[in-house]
Amino acid sequence: MLDKHKIRNGKIARVNQAFGTGKVIPADRTVELLEIVIQPGDRIIHEGDNQKQGDFLAAQLARMNPQKVHGLKLCVSSVGLPEHLDLFENGLASQLDFAYAAPQAARLARMVMDGSVKIGDVHTYVELYSRYFAELRPDVVCLVANEADKEGNLYTGSNTEETPPLAESAAFGGAIVIVQVNKIVDQVRRVDIPGQWVDFVIESPKPFHLEPLFTRDPALINELRILMAMMAMKAIYTKYHPKVVNHGIGFNTAAIELLLPTYGEELGLKGKACTHWALNPHPTMIPAIESGFVEAISCFGGEVGMEDYVSSRPDVFALGRDGSLRSNRFFAQMVGHHGDMFIGATLQIDSQGHSSTFTADRLVGYGGAPNLGSENRSRRHRSEAFLKAGAEAHAGEPMPQGRKLVVQIVETFQAANKPTFVERLEAWDAMEKAGFSTPPVMIYGDDVSHIVTEEGVANLLLCKTPAEVEQAVRGVAGFTPMGIKRDRRMVENLRDRGVIQRAEDLGIRKSDASRDRLAARSVHDLVRWSGGLYQAPSRFRNW
Amino acid sequence: MENLTFEFEGGAKPLKPGIPYVVAGIVASSNLEVMAERRDLGGKCRFEIATTAANFGEAWKAVLIDFMDRNKPRDVLFSINDFSAIPPIVSLRLDQALEQLTH
Repeated sequence: MLDKHKIRNGKIARVNQAFGTGKVIPADRTVELLEIVIQPGDRIIHEGDNQKQGDFLAAQLARMNPQKVHGLKLCVSSVGLPEHLDLFENGLASQLDFAYAAPQAARLARMVMDGSVKIGDVHTYVELYSRYFAELRPDVVCLVANEADKEGNLYTGSNTEETPPLAESAAFGGAIVIVQVNKIVDQVRRVDIPGQWVDFVIESPKPFHLEPLFTRDPALINELRILMAMMAMKAIYTKYHPKVVNHGIGFNTAAIELLLPTYGEELGLKGKACTHWALNPHPTMIPAIESGFVEAISCFGGEVGMEDYVSSRPDVFALGRDGSLRSNRFFAQMVGHHGDMFIGATLQIDSQGHSSTFTADRLVGYGGAPNLGSENRSRRHRSEAFLKAGAEAHAGEPMPQGRKLVVQIVETFQAANKPTFVERLEAWDAMEKAGFSTPPVMIYGDDVSHIVTEEGVANLLLCKTPAEVEQAVRGVAGFTPMGIKRDRRMVENLRDRGVIQRAEDLGIRKSDASRDRLAARSVHDLVRWSGGLYQAPSRFRNW
Repeated sequence: MENLTFEFEGGAKPLKPGIPYVVAGIVASSNLEVMAERRDLGGKCRFEIATTAANFGEAWKAVLIDFMDRNKPRDVLFSINDFSAIPPIVSLRLDQALEQLTH
């Protein structure tokens, strides 16, 4: 068997010969370091997710000499930087394993088709992290941190995100660990990753890139989104009382967050639903937190501008002894996976409720949605929502079971009037073009419990046959070509049975879907709710 | 610009007395305004549409038939100024206007 620890010791000895001992490496000698520790064919994990990206190390990796280094297998959870793909164009890397690629999705699709990138596979986040401990054990891991000391102790703070599993796969697997840090300090504020796990630290000339991905401006929440949010809250939140929930990042769920203190209060949801969350520190959660709806939020990552507000609520967020947030993507994914409800949007849904965000021209990846938005067959603990949904899903079966709520909340049309509901997912085209053996489906139809659109709510748990599922989906698909092709009589029958509920069936007047109901109608309102602690990024400030 | 007119047989839904007309929505990008007026149309409803998006006559017809099916109003003239709203917005605005005339 290959002894990675022995190979690692050899690499460290060569670095010590060139650089002397000590973990701190000057930034201008990074390429030299990389060319010593990276051998042709090595598997490299580069830390970069949908929020933080190790941009300095990515740029240095792309500058290596392909005569010395080539055939690398690159693993990166979010292909977020052009440099990730430059590694392939420059002849350094040949194979890519990833979870999410939206920022580079179009270029990636082109490079896969012209053969310059060979995809190992496309994963979910926790699936990819797990494989780092199995077949994808790394040789070199490039991490990102806010601070390091000379012993290599790391402070990763609010944006700890995916650092722990990456660091662990390396530290105990005989891999080299190199970290770009914003600052080298005498003593780190708190140790998020112990120095013993870290081989080299480099002070980056610029702080690492951080994307404010979870900030939704309340000003952009229109009445249709409010109507959908109200229907979801009445038909699902009030009926099942899901306590442990995960929201997607779209405007529809942001609308629900902003309606909790108003409409949610009227519906009596406080303390009964949405008490525990797997969620980033969404600014749109501030009014619900301040109104006492939230007991705890487990964060995948941080959010730009939310640091001070988060620190002011140690009752809700996970804070270190230093007072700042500790996020952890792996654990938050597990919280959501084992929770009562996932609700989020998607790009396309077919007549059996399968959904995907892949198109022929964009290999976007999965991120965390399939883990958060799937029925969890391994869950055993009970809750009101789990039992109620299970009673519907498994009615008449000899073995009683629970069920997770998996809700798709979508507008029937996307931007540029592209229908969300389609007869055939473009995932099939993506499969053909990228050479996948199955279509890249984000959430399978049989995992979905409800679909919410402007037209109403479809409860798929109550459908008895695939034909009923199909008409339930068409019955909320609005004026899309797929929706128009509904069997009207069957849809009315499903409505009589409560499988489909319209706003009027739920006692919601269209005139009630007003922006006056939002607890905050602008980013400025959110700042006020936070007592001035939320520091909105400049692109969201218009006052 | 395109001007469209549709007329449909009305249903039986009574209008609230004392309200001659109502307005819902606003003329803004991807939005529209609807004025709904009580008018003696012999039990019918008429829709007079001015829209920035040409060649969507069939889509308008489908949205309006669905609206009439769901609400069954009579003797209402709907005047619509549309700035390329998507069908669900059209439905929402029509429903909002009629709610004010009937509730």
